[in-house]
Amino acid sequence: MRISVDQSKCCGSGMCVLTDPDLFDQNEEDGTVVLLQEHPDAEHEATAKEAASLCPASAITIS
Amino acid sequence: MTELISEELPTERATPFDPPTEVSEIRGKAPISRLKFSDGHLGWLVTGHRQVREILGSPEFSNEPDRFHLLDKRFQGELPEDDEKRKPQPGMFLNQDPPDHTRLRRMLQGQFTVRRMNQLSEWIGTIVDDQLKHMRSLGNRADLVKEFALPVPSLVICALLGVDYDERHRFQEDTAKMLSLDSTFKEAMDAFERIQLFMRELIDRKKANPGGDDMISDLLATGEPTDEEASNMAMLLLLAGHETTANMLGIGTFTLLQHPDQLKILKDEPEAIDNAVEELMRYLSIIHFGPMRSALEDVEIDGHLIRAGDTVLLHIPVANRDPEKFPGNPEELDLRRPASGHVAFGHGIHQCLGQQLARIEMRIGFSKLFQEFPDLRLDVEPEEVPLRTNMGIYGVHSLPVAWSS
Repeated sequence: MRISVDQSKCCGSGMCVLTDPDLFDQNEEDGTVVLLQEHPDAEHEATAKEAASLCPASAITIS
Repeated sequence: MTELISEELPTERATPFDPPTEVSEIRGKAPISRLKFSDGHLGWLVTGHRQVREILGSPEFSNEPDRFHLLDKRFQGELPEDDEKRKPQPGMFLNQDPPDHTRLRRMLQGQFTVRRMNQLSEWIGTIVDDQLKHMRSLGNRADLVKEFALPVPSLVICALLGVDYDERHRFQEDTAKMLSLDSTFKEAMDAFERIQLFMRELIDRKKANPGGDDMISDLLATGEPTDEEASNMAMLLLLAGHETTANMLGIGTFTLLQHPDQLKILKDEPEAIDNAVEELMRYLSIIHFGPMRSALEDVEIDGHLIRAGDTVLLHIPVANRDPEKFPGNPEELDLRRPASGHVAFGHGIHQCLGQQLARIEMRIGFSKLFQEFPDLRLDVEPEEVPLRTNMGIYGVHSLPVAWSS
């Protein structure tokens, strides 16, 4: 599984960090998403998908 | 395709915690249906969770109010002939589309990150403790809204923004006037302008005394917003920061008191609070109905062609009870239900900027309230609790409660 994020779409809601702080963080300056793990291990795959589906701005893609 | 047409939006609630039955029935028949607006415009009523999410997440829909057809003459009265008055004010980014929305919201996003908000937990805890101590000092009964639900988020947002809490008379009553469905457009605008003046004075004071340790001082220090933008941004944060959370704390407490089996879960399992807050948000939604959007282009959703210029009313409270998203019995409060994915904070680029702050205020607020007052009870009959059926943000006007120990 590969996670990609698009900072230009991100609206800084923090839903991803709330869902899995091991995978996502937020930039201190403008609150946009910072990806911590591009290839999540098996135990984080479910939360990666959840974060992508919860993201209000569709800024997270799973492939 | 035969389409279901509502002549007007049903807004009467049969029970305190549930959205109007008629609208839930419409969702069962047609998650996307037609709704007549006051000028005869045949717009749309969207009640399905998936469909609401799709529209709120779509860049093909605008949130600029001057594009909306007026919902209903029962509310707002006559609109001004001058359409300029309905245009979003610079800095009111909630009512602006990109690119202005993106530029302005980004100036604030860094201040509302999950990490920053989590760091406020302890401080918010002391504000809650102080307010509960104050409640106890009143004897054995109080109005929970006046003594707890409204003061807690007001104190928090005032401190964060650097607004003097002792000046709350300059925004609390006018906020109520702005949000009252009984206010005419003019009355709401007058209240808006009074708060705006208060905010402009605040910006002037902060510019004269730079370096304050608060969000507005930080915003001004960036040099990015104009003075007009900064004062409207401050106003938006102030209003959004106290009114919504206050009403969730008020009607949320009423809800828990009326669902003793659910309240018991919260008392027995303190760690249940995180999901309990999500479920209370799902169950109550707090927005009375709405929000609205206007299509910028022709968009087809589920076989319905929404034309450019059409106004769409998205019914959040009914979408949050959609069995397709929340199987089982979505009409019931169930603090153990996975409630994630509710749209009470909205969806799309306008999703609540202060949602992490609101979550923390609610988690700490509900937890400490029932720890400090384990035998808290209603001090009136449930049907005597005055409901905010006349307000854009639903809830209770007051909540008389009592306690023995």
